[in-house]
Amino acid sequence: MNRTSVRVFLSRAAGGYMFLATMLALMLLLVIASGLFVKAYPILKQSSLWSLLTGAVWAPIRGFFGFLPFISGTLWVTGIAIVLALPVSLLTGIYLSEYAPSSVRKIAFSALDILSGIPPVVYGAWGVLVVVPFIAEWVAPYFVEYSSGYSVLSAGIVLGIMIIPLLVSLFGEVFSTVPKEIRDSALSLGATSWQTTKKVVLKSSLPGIFAATVLAISRALGETIAVLMVCGNVVQIPASLLDAGYPLPALIANNYGEMASLPGYEAALMLAALILLGIVIVFNTLSRILLLRIGRKYALQP
Amino acid sequence: MIATSLSSVLLREEVSAPLELLHAPNMDAATLKVRNLNVHIGEQSILRDVHVHIPSHKITCIIGPSGCGKSTLLKTFNRLLETQPGARITGELLLNGENIYREGVEVIDVRKRMGLLSQRPCPLPMSVYENIAFGCRLHGTRGRRKVMRKVVHYLQATGLWDEVRDRLHTPASRLSIGQQQRLCLARGLAVEPEIILADEATSALDPISSRIIEDLFLRLRQQYTIIMVTHTLSQAVRIADHVIFMYLGRVVEEGPASEVLHHPKHKLTQEYLSGSFS
Repeated sequence: MNRTSVRVFLSRAAGGYMFLATMLALMLLLVIASGLFVKAYPILKQSSLWSLLTGAVWAPIRGFFGFLPFISGTLWVTGIAIVLALPVSLLTGIYLSEYAPSSVRKIAFSALDILSGIPPVVYGAWGVLVVVPFIAEWVAPYFVEYSSGYSVLSAGIVLGIMIIPLLVSLFGEVFSTVPKEIRDSALSLGATSWQTTKKVVLKSSLPGIFAATVLAISRALGETIAVLMVCGNVVQIPASLLDAGYPLPALIANNYGEMASLPGYEAALMLAALILLGIVIVFNTLSRILLLRIGRKYALQP
Repeated sequence: MIATSLSSVLLREEVSAPLELLHAPNMDAATLKVRNLNVHIGEQSILRDVHVHIPSHKITCIIGPSGCGKSTLLKTFNRLLETQPGARITGELLLNGENIYREGVEVIDVRKRMGLLSQRPCPLPMSVYENIAFGCRLHGTRGRRKVMRKVVHYLQATGLWDEVRDRLHTPASRLSIGQQQRLCLARGLAVEPEIILADEATSALDPISSRIIEDLFLRLRQQYTIIMVTHTLSQAVRIADHVIFMYLGRVVEEGPASEVLHHPKHKLTQEYLSGSFS
């Protein structure tokens, strides 16, 4: 073989290898999903998926497996977390990238990196020590007769605090991709910093903000340990912020060890994992479609 | 060079009909005097002891080799340079006799008085219409009809109206590069400035679009003071009335175009014009 053909061969081989690696990574989703499906199959055989998803009764001893309390618990906690974290993170991100002097920016971003490195169990412990008593003593008495403080609100607060560092650094990243020239042209029209931020920076980073939020929500959906420490773990459909809840990840983590004893229990827990996976996939797909729409509307490159 | 300057004289005659303006043109407007201006970015000295006088209703071209501080000087005029981290600016910049770096001067008022055209066209992330309406609204034009009148007017002034009248509400990024640059000019004019700053505004454009912008400048000179950084000598020859030659952060020579471009006094200017360096 001459030199050229060796080089061409190596280039092709490298390309092929990388393609294989990519396929393997993509296959992983399929492998995980099908593994869960096989394990969850026994319970799916007994009752329809619809009745499982919408059933509100959870009584494994009697063979009732209704997942609605857990699904709604997950949605409540994640919803509260994102509603609390999004405005704070957005304003922090704007402040750090548009207003703060560069020294402040550097310190703040490294502090945020440390925050996102704190293990979830520490956030959970802090939630038990601070957030739960705060809710029980200072918030709940205004609304209900009694609340232990272990509630979807507490879980949402803890989870919200956990995703703030992630959101802020993602937003910082997004804003830094807005070209300086665009800011300059708004400023040279006589716009103030705030007008520039609002009409130009935020607008051109809309797809990025959206994508960052989706990523944070996906992370929040699966957060387990910190949430289960403060959410109360009561099987019910939460009717208010101060009710206890029982999200899907907590269900799996709390019961995984003892599942062998009851018929159908293992399959039910595997189905819980499959449902969680499904929620994340559906959510990501929907937001991807929405993102394309936004991009097309404003002719921005997402 | 003489041939180009002749054709530019002819061109000037053809296009010198002034544009009609919505706002009353300030006929003795906008002279700019720079006194003892020094700019540092971090530890580096970018501009040293700059003194220039920019006459009104003229096209002033700032020329010089890359990195000589042309664009920096331009950005001190509308105080955009101070948004750059680490920039220190000392000295005086008198806009009609008033120092715009004096304490208590509101930056946004200064910027409103000068429209900036950047090197690459930089439309805001909105529709063609909104690009112009944005500036109008910033400075207090209210009401759909009033805004629309201005938008149409400035699109006509920059010769864009016939090209974009059906596409007013499509994103500005869909226009061609040349159209985008004219849109940026229209957007700048719509805030009714006294001075137009152009930072190599034609360097990203094709020859025909560049010529359209140059022609616009020649017409706009009747109402505005135009200051333009250019890297293309032939462009300066075509349109400059007044020329500032800079080298390594200093102003080497300044004066009417006929003198600086055709009878330069300074040796550096002569060398630059003859193409010894660029």
